[in-house]
Parts: sequence; structure tokens; C-alpha cells
Amino acid sequence: MSTEISELKFDCETGNYHTFCPISCVAWLYQKIEDSFFLVIGTKTCGYFLQNALGVMVFAEPRYAMAELEEGDISAQLNDYAELKRLCLKIKRDRNPSVIIWIGTCTTEIIKIDLEGIAPKLELEIGTPIVVARANGLDYAFTQGEDTVLAALAQRLPTAALTPTDVPKLILFGSVPNSTVNQLSLELKKQEIEIAGWLPTAQYNELPTVNPNDYVCGVNPYLSRTATTLLRRRKCKLICAPFPIGPDGTRHWIEKICSVHNKKPVGLEERESAAWKSLEKYTNLIKGKSVFFMGDNLLEISLARFLIKCGMTVDEIGIPYLDKRYQGAELALLEKTCREQKVQLPRIVEKPDNYNQLGRIAKLQPDLVITGMANANPLEARGINTKWSVEFTFSQIHGFTNAADILELVTRPLRRNNALDNLGWTNYNTTQKFT
Amino acid sequence: MKLAYWMYNGPAHIGTLRIASSFKNVHAIMHAPLGDDYFNVMRSMLERKREFTPVTTSIVDRHVLARGSQDKVVNNIIRKDKEDNPDLIILTPTCTSSILQEDLHNFAKRAAIETESADVLLADVNHYRVNEFQAADRTLSQIVKLYLQKAKKENVEFIKTEAPSVNIIGSVDLAFHNNHDMLELKKLFKELNININLILPQDCLVNQLKTLPKAWINIVPYREIGLSTAEWLKEEFDMPYVSTAPMGICEIANFIREIETILNNAGQNVDFADYIDTQTRFISQSAWFSKSIDCQNLTGKRVVVFGDATHAAAMTKILAREMGIKVILAGTYCINEKEWFEAEVKDFCEQIVITNDHNLVGDLIAQSEPSAIFGTQMERHIGKRLNIPCGVISTPVHIQNFPLSYRPFLGYEGANQIADLIYNSFTLGMEDHLLEIFGGHDTREILSAKLSTDMDTQWSKEASAELEKIPGFVRGKVKRNTEKFAKENGISIVTLEVIYSAKEAVGS
Repeated sequence: MSTEISELKFDCETGNYHTFCPISCVAWLYQKIEDSFFLVIGTKTCGYFLQNALGVMVFAEPRYAMAELEEGDISAQLNDYAELKRLCLKIKRDRNPSVIIWIGTCTTEIIKIDLEGIAPKLELEIGTPIVVARANGLDYAFTQGEDTVLAALAQRLPTAALTPTDVPKLILFGSVPNSTVNQLSLELKKQEIEIAGWLPTAQYNELPTVNPNDYVCGVNPYLSRTATTLLRRRKCKLICAPFPIGPDGTRHWIEKICSVHNKKPVGLEERESAAWKSLEKYTNLIKGKSVFFMGDNLLEISLARFLIKCGMTVDEIGIPYLDKRYQGAELALLEKTCREQKVQLPRIVEKPDNYNQLGRIAKLQPDLVITGMANANPLEARGINTKWSVEFTFSQIHGFTNAADILELVTRPLRRNNALDNLGWTNYNTTQKFT
Repeated sequence: MKLAYWMYNGPAHIGTLRIASSFKNVHAIMHAPLGDDYFNVMRSMLERKREFTPVTTSIVDRHVLARGSQDKVVNNIIRKDKEDNPDLIILTPTCTSSILQEDLHNFAKRAAIETESADVLLADVNHYRVNEFQAADRTLSQIVKLYLQKAKKENVEFIKTEAPSVNIIGSVDLAFHNNHDMLELKKLFKELNININLILPQDCLVNQLKTLPKAWINIVPYREIGLSTAEWLKEEFDMPYVSTAPMGICEIANFIREIETILNNAGQNVDFADYIDTQTRFISQSAWFSKSIDCQNLTGKRVVVFGDATHAAAMTKILAREMGIKVILAGTYCINEKEWFEAEVKDFCEQIVITNDHNLVGDLIAQSEPSAIFGTQMERHIGKRLNIPCGVISTPVHIQNFPLSYRPFLGYEGANQIADLIYNSFTLGMEDHLLEIFGGHDTREILSAKLSTDMDTQWSKEASAELEKIPGFVRGKVKRNTEKFAKENGISIVTLEVIYSAKEAVGS
């Protein structure tokens, strides 16, 4: 292990890389916002993705659908307003959602359907709120789809009538499962900090109120547009903290929120060390091992920082997009963690080239590669341990309690392969080893 | 615009990529935005391939959109040529990038000047007019034409093989039980003493395509992908083809007889009657099985069949003609195969439906209340909701279509497998019925009630609500662990916080 300390290195390869399409966010957001209907306005390519690659099931009472663009739509022979009205009226009649969220795609960008222009008029006409998010692959990667939806919702947040005694509220943003919401709320409650609301909420009509000077803080590292919208449009104050992922990140996140509320954290260090103690059975397994992030869901920096704190080394952090301001506190903590752990600062590669990365992986032979699904089986066939990056997107990873779940995922390939080796079946042949 | 919840058939570029990735040493460059390249995920995950999928996306982003994508696409083709030395690079847009109306022909031509090892071909497909199958069919014939026209120009001599031989056209990635079907066909031809000249496109090198005309007959087991290649080869090289799917005892016999006729017309003197008879009566089990006492229970059963044209037509005939089951509805989502499909099944079913609207299929199933369904994954789910058993007989492709054990649909072993599928679908249906009568063997509630009466722990309202959110199959375990934790720590009321603390404690 090298102990040479250098600066954080940022590269942008602008290569050919793969992530899931940002419209994926529909898969978790329609479950989170329970009275919503998501209408993805795109082509067969978009629809087949949702159905097939993401394996999202629409069999029972679906609350999302495709508005499939056909040749007449593309060649502008049909009127977009009339077509969208027809579909939205049908949705209203069949499902009566509290809000219809239009998900724009690459195709609506290219043929320039004026979704933002149509929505306000149609909303008045049909009497159901319509929110427009442009979750297209021309501008965004995978999880940033959530960012486009939350940024659109942020503009819709109501304002409250203020009395002179009101103090700025705290609103958290980021879609996490309800139990994670409860856990993070409890942690802040211990510090006597009340969360006034979350974006998004389970019910559209219960979206929190925001006023200028309210504090906002993100829980997911891919929400830079939402942050910007709350900052610039709603004049909120952004708490720029590392993200509450891993005991270290969670502690810094709480500390930062405490500091803006002029509160001294109580029992936080003990809380963190207890959390680390409970992770020991995992950290012992991964200490000194190396991990390579090919880059997929923008959770990479936070996960890398946490894994370095666990004693791992990081060869490369591939990431589809990095907002250095929104992730500023996280990047600073990454750097600090590397220095503390006396490990080399990892190379951060934005928009990596997957082919080049495979070359680097072959050379470096990392102990674990966190990668999208397309490359996992071929890497395994080459004797490289892999973990699907999407599993971190779909698991509960926030806060002290769920840190174990992250390490459960990270150590699973190592534990499983060790277990298989120990079972002895790979020695079925005395001369050849099965890989 | 069409309100769509689900599709039976993928977009055109998936068809093109399935052909490209099936060939050996062919690479595809997809000109598409980020996220359109999920084909690589499908192929790697469903087929569990050990090799990296030979498809690279030349990403169209805002920047590329502003500058034009010519340089990027051309550079990516040239780069791939250097990196992997493929024989052929196929360029394809997706629904999205095809709207840009760029001169991709010209991109391909420009790149071809600079590539060393690879030919460059633009897959010529209208992404809004054709579906996955049609695009695959078309791309395959485009590649075959390219290399045979090239061979003609180079004055390659096309001499027939000495002994009778066939090409099998239609072995494609991400198809339905395709690998096992191919093994079954190989076995069948071996037993008929007919050589296989070439199987394409899977594992075929493009420079082998010039040997296609050496075969005596082209075999197209699935008409959706391969038929236009066979038609072109007939026109251009006067090669006869057989497009009967050898699925089910009767159709296998027809298939073999067609081959027999073609060979005898070509001056051979073959007679496969004995082979067919022996296989049908003694080797294959399915014909006897249909007569056996087990199958009496199938009398008067009514079923619905729905799938791609090949599988739905073949299944309809097997059910009606070989198993004596009444097919009340036969249908396909291959709308372009309407005439063929109607002609094939009209004598074997009461009603025909040609549609790609799964809601309509669902309604028809609900109305007709069949005792079983043979359909796609969608009909399987419709069946689940209606409590009607369903055997899956067709794409859209699913991980279950790549079983490790041998499950062909073609050939005599395929006939056995299909008979099992049919019989087991009904058996399960009866089992369900019996379980219902005797109240089932689901004892979950009793178990958890007993376990929790040992504890005197109380649950707060919020904590109970949280517990309800935990999936059923682990809820009992979480409840037990939490209560154990509470007891050990002298806690009498389980709150939200206690649940989370218990989770942490159990993890350590």
C-alpha cells in the first residue's frame, strides 16, 4: 500500500460509458409518491427499457405508463396538446391521481415538444396538477432522473404565511424509503432538531412549505439541480454537508446541520463509534482490499469515502457526472479520510470510457469492481469480483443503521467466493483450477 | 401518441443488435443517447454471457447534438476497428437518434475508408415502422447480401456439397430456447444423414457466408427471423427453403417430408417414412403420452394460445391435433404475419386474434375463462390474476427462457418437453383447485401468532406500522429479533427507535 499523499485528481475521459437511462427514476419515485401518476413521453426504446432491462412490472394497477410517440408525432402531423390531453384525461378517468408527472425523454428534446408550455394550460383544463421533468439521456445519467423530478417539484412547493416569531425551517430533499426517513429524523431529533418536511412526500398534497431563508439539505449526492433550484428560485439556504452514507458521513452530516442550528452535537461521537463497532465483522474482511468504481449512479464518491474509512483502497472512482460544488463537502471529506487512513488519493474519472477502464481493471486486478450490470458477468468470468452498482441505488444505505447493509453488499462477493473455495468443489480437478 | 403499459415486441434497434452480436467477430456501434444501450445489460444478464457484448455506444449528448455527430461516430468506428479487429462493424441508430436525420450512410462510408480490418455497414431499418423481429430479419438479410454480392464480384464458384446439406437460418441471441432448439435440429439432421453446411448467425463468421450457396436447402425454423434471407437466396441462387417449424409430432413429420421431396427432386433417392414412424411411435414419448390414461383428464379442456406467430401457431396445432384439447382462442402479436397465421390455425381453433394490445388479450382471456393459457410472460401474469395456470411458449424474452437443463421446443425431444409443459400446467391447475377445497397449507398466521404469544412486549402504533411495511417473508423474523432485543434490554414497549437499534445490534 502506497502512503504517498497527493492532490485529488480529476479526469474527464468523455468516453463511451454505460449507465441506465434517467427515466429509471420512475421505478422508485412512483412508489414513493403514492398518489402520483408518471407518464413517460418517449419511444418504444424507452418503454422496452422500463419493461425489460429494469424489470419493472406493470401488471397490477400500474401508476405509470408510456405515451409512446409514433410516426405522426415525430413528423409533427399530430397536435401535441391534443394528444397529451387525450391521454391525461384517460389517466384521470381511470386512476384519478393527485398529480401527473410528465417525464420528458431524449425524443421530446430532439423534436422539441414544448412540455413546459403545454402543461400549465392542460393542468387548468383538466384540473389535475401536471409537473414536467426532463429526465433525458442527452443531459443526465441514471439517478439524475430523480434530480429532474425533485427540481420540478421544488418549484411547486407552497409557501407559508410567516409570523415574526417564525424561525427558518429545515427541509430535507432526496427520495429515500419511509423507514430511512424515520431513522434520519430520529437521529436529528436526538440533537433536538426538527425536520419541517421532506421532498418528496408520500402524498403530493402534503409537500412541505418553503420560505426564503429556510434551510435545505440533500441526502443523495445526485441532486445538484434540486439544490440549485431551492437555492436560486426559492431563496433557501443550502447546507452543504457530506452525505449521510456510512457512520462517518452520517456523523458529519448531522454535525453540519447542528452547526447551522448553533447546536453542539450530543453523544454523536459515541453513536458513531458504536456504529463502527457493530461493523467490525465486515471491516475485518475488507481491510487492505482494493475497489474500483466503474461509475453508474453518482453514489460513487460517498461510497468510496466510506469504504476507504473501512480500510479499503480505491483504485479509481468513475462517475458519470460530478458537481464539484454540490459534492464539495463530500470531496473534502474524501480527501481528509484518505490522509487519515494514509492511502493514495483516488483518481476520479468523469464520463469514463468503459473500454479503457476494462484495460485498467485487467492491469490493476482490484479485489472488487462495482459496476453496471452489462459488465458484471464478463468480469466474473475473468476472475474479478463484482458487485452491481444498481444494488446500492435500490438498497437502504443511509444513516448509522443501514451502514451494515452497504457492507453486506460489498462483502457478499468476497464472502461467497471464499465460501465456495472452502467448500472444496473448485478442486474437482488436480491440475486445473476453476475460475 | 399511444398510451402503453407493456410491449410484446422490442424496438427495431434491439433486433439489429441481436443479429450483430450473434455473429462471431462482428461489432455494433450504436449511435444513441446515454441509457439507450441497455441491450448490453439484457444480453449479459439473460444469456449469462462470459464475453463482453460486442456493442459500443457512441453517445449522443447535448454537446454532440450541437456539433453534429459525424466525427464522433466515424472516430468510434475507426477506434473499434483498431481495438478489436472485427470483420464487420454494423452502425445503428435508435428510435431517438434516427430522428436527427443525419446522413448515417455517409458516416459509414467515410469510416470504411479508414478501417483496416472491418467492413462497415449501416443497418437499413425504419425505426418507427418495423419492430424487433422485422429489423432482425432485415439486418440478417442485409449482411448475407453484402457478403454474397461481394463473393459474386470476386467470381467465387458456388458448388453444391457432394452429399445433401442444409443451412439453418435463425440461431439468434436473446431468442426463445434457441440454443436447445439448435442442438435438437443438429441431432435430427444427423439422424437423417444430412450434413449441416452453415448455421447462422450465431457463432458464424461473416467470411463464411460465401459458402451459403453450397447447401442444398435452407431451413428457417422461425419465420420471424430468417425468412427474407431464405427468400433472397431462393431468388438469387435458386436455393429451395423449408419454413415449417418442426414443433410437435405432426409438424416434424411435415418438415421431414418437405425435405425428402426437395432432396428427391434434386435426384436423391431418400425415404424418411420409416424414420418418422419409428421416432413418433417408439422413440418420442409424446404421441403415446397423449393416448395414455393420464391424459384422459385433458378431455374437454379449453385453452387460449397467444405468442409470436411461429410458437402460437405450432402450439395451437399441437393442443388441438395431438392432445385433443379445445383451443377457444389462438392469437399472435406479430401483426405482419396475419395472413399466414390465420391460414395456419383456422382449422384448429374457434377464434383468432391478431393484436399487440395486451389489455385486449387479457379481456378476452377473462371473458372466455379457459382452463389454461399458453402465452407469453404477460399472459402468465394475467393468468396469475385470474387464477388460471399458464405455460410460457413465446418471447418477450425472459431469464426463464435460458434454462440450464435441456428444454428444446423443436424436434422430437421438443415434443416431449411441450407435452410435459402442457400436462404440468393442467396438473398444477388441479392442485390449486384441491388446495382450495382443503383450505390450503398456508400456516403462516398460526406460526407467527404462536411465536409472539411467548413475549409480553408491546408495540407502539408507529412501530407496528413500520413492521407492516417489512415484506411478509421476513416480517416474522424481524418481529422476533426485535422482541428478543427488547426483552434483553428490559424494554417493554417497542418504538421505532427500538426497531432500528435492534437491527444494528443483530448486525453486529
